[in-house]
Amino acid sequence: MYDPASAIKGKQAVFDAHPDNAAVKALANLATDAKFDRAELTITVAGENIIAAAKAVQQAGYNFFEDVTAVDWYPSDPRFQISYSILSHKLKQRVRLVVRLDGDAPSLDSITSVWPSANFYEREVFDLFGVHFSGHPNLRRIMMPEDWKGHPLRKDYPVEGYR
Amino acid sequence: MTPPVEELTGVTPVDSVNPGIDELIANSARNRQNPPPSDQTMIINMGPQHPSTHGVLRLVIEVDGETIVGMAPDIGYLHTGIEKTCEAKFYQQVVPMTDRIDYLCPMTNNLAYCLAVEKLLGLEIPERAIYLRVLFNELTRIQSHLVWLGTHAMDIGALTVFLYCFREREDLLRIFEAVAGQRMMTSYVRVGGLSVEPPRDIYDRIRTFLKNFPAHVEEYEGLLQTNPIWVNRLKGVGHLSAADAIALGVTGPPLRASGVDFDVRRDMPYSGYEKFQFNVPVSDVGDVWARYIVRMQEFRESVKICLQALDGLPEGHIVADAPKIILPNREQMKTQMESLIHHFKIVTEGFGVPAGEATSSVEAPHGMMNYYVVSDGTAKPYRVHMRNPGFATLQALETMCKGRLLADVVAVIGSIDIVLGEIDR
Repeated sequence: MYDPASAIKGKQAVFDAHPDNAAVKALANLATDAKFDRAELTITVAGENIIAAAKAVQQAGYNFFEDVTAVDWYPSDPRFQISYSILSHKLKQRVRLVVRLDGDAPSLDSITSVWPSANFYEREVFDLFGVHFSGHPNLRRIMMPEDWKGHPLRKDYPVEGYR
Repeated sequence: MTPPVEELTGVTPVDSVNPGIDELIANSARNRQNPPPSDQTMIINMGPQHPSTHGVLRLVIEVDGETIVGMAPDIGYLHTGIEKTCEAKFYQQVVPMTDRIDYLCPMTNNLAYCLAVEKLLGLEIPERAIYLRVLFNELTRIQSHLVWLGTHAMDIGALTVFLYCFREREDLLRIFEAVAGQRMMTSYVRVGGLSVEPPRDIYDRIRTFLKNFPAHVEEYEGLLQTNPIWVNRLKGVGHLSAADAIALGVTGPPLRASGVDFDVRRDMPYSGYEKFQFNVPVSDVGDVWARYIVRMQEFRESVKICLQALDGLPEGHIVADAPKIILPNREQMKTQMESLIHHFKIVTEGFGVPAGEATSSVEAPHGMMNYYVVSDGTAKPYRVHMRNPGFATLQALETMCKGRLLADVVAVIGSIDIVLGEIDR
């Protein structure tokens, strides 16, 4: 049963409640916000720190990159939420890294140098949300045709497309 | 010898992972300035329509003679925008959409989605529903592996095994039809429980199937493992090391066949899997043969789990006690005013889900499947993201095929067991 009292929110509260957690330890200096909600650890980092944060959690034992996806909180600002889901085979835990980006020209460093498996997932986010990943080896559309206009998973893109 | 899993990180020794199609063509030796005659390569398009790709997959392959020197998978031909469509549906209307992701394991997709929504809602699921979910999930795994084995064998040229596998699969589809009313797009798992109570005689039919099935597995093994063509086309082909598998995001049987002992059912239990005893088959060879062996063992482990679920099946309700979320049954709706109101409200307005985000992770037949559901507090999901195993496994195809012959691509694609519906979504 979901207990709202267990939803610890705010960086300090999470870091005080889980001081031994490997991800909490590794990201102590980089996190700008954190929450522990429904037994899931979500740590927000600044966009320019994403590679440093990825390397830090990787060294803390989170060896398996699951996926990266985006949520478009249109029309609020910052608009995009990029969620990385990272798993540790050893600790049997996962951590969600979150980056908030504004909507004008969303751009982020690619973490394919840390986890090559981010390759297809970053291309998918680029294709469907229009978020640019700098340093990606092959940032092209993956689902939609090359000449497609717009990014379908953005909230201001109509469900049935432009007529 | 494979190093322990703890030491494996994401950094891959593969120098360039998955070049683009344009780069592959531009850098191919034939297009270079004055290549020496011995350095002549050719670009071959395999697909989009090819009998072995199990969907619409185009592989741009650079071959030197018959040896593969480069490969770029091209996906997206099946893209249906299902994640976008989910955002326009009520929470309960998304369940039939999840069937369409992967036609081989609809129940697993239903379950993964419902677990994420239930996590957001904080629903408690009755024991009986948990056991039935596990039972039908494992039957789905057997069904999915049967299609894998049949089509994999057919790709290599063994047609008899294909016919035998589909014979057994038909039994399972009939069981699903009796339970859910549908053979393939079952939509059986619902938010908060299951859609209907299975008919009384179904447990005997499942027991009969489970009793006969191990003999059938031996039959397949007898047909295949004594066949020198099968053995020689599988052994030593499509090698993937444990480090590469982790670096490229491979999950499920291909990961375990590469020597990484990780199974979501055992290591991060969901939906009551901690109550069941089973082994996780692992091989550290990492070739097509190892993936075949791992899946054949999974057949037997799934039978074990199904029998435990049947033996331990408790009596009780199959839906949670949440009348504002779960549709009342027909009888209640006709006799009780409250139920009629709930029915009307759920169908026309849906049910609100507390704001937040939740990830569910299940071990699907093809690998680890995650559903990431974001709610803004309304009756429609704000965002549904599916992390399907085939998408990442496809990235490893190049590593597995490089240096092998063109004919081995068919064996490797069969061994990773992809379904393009879940990759393109």
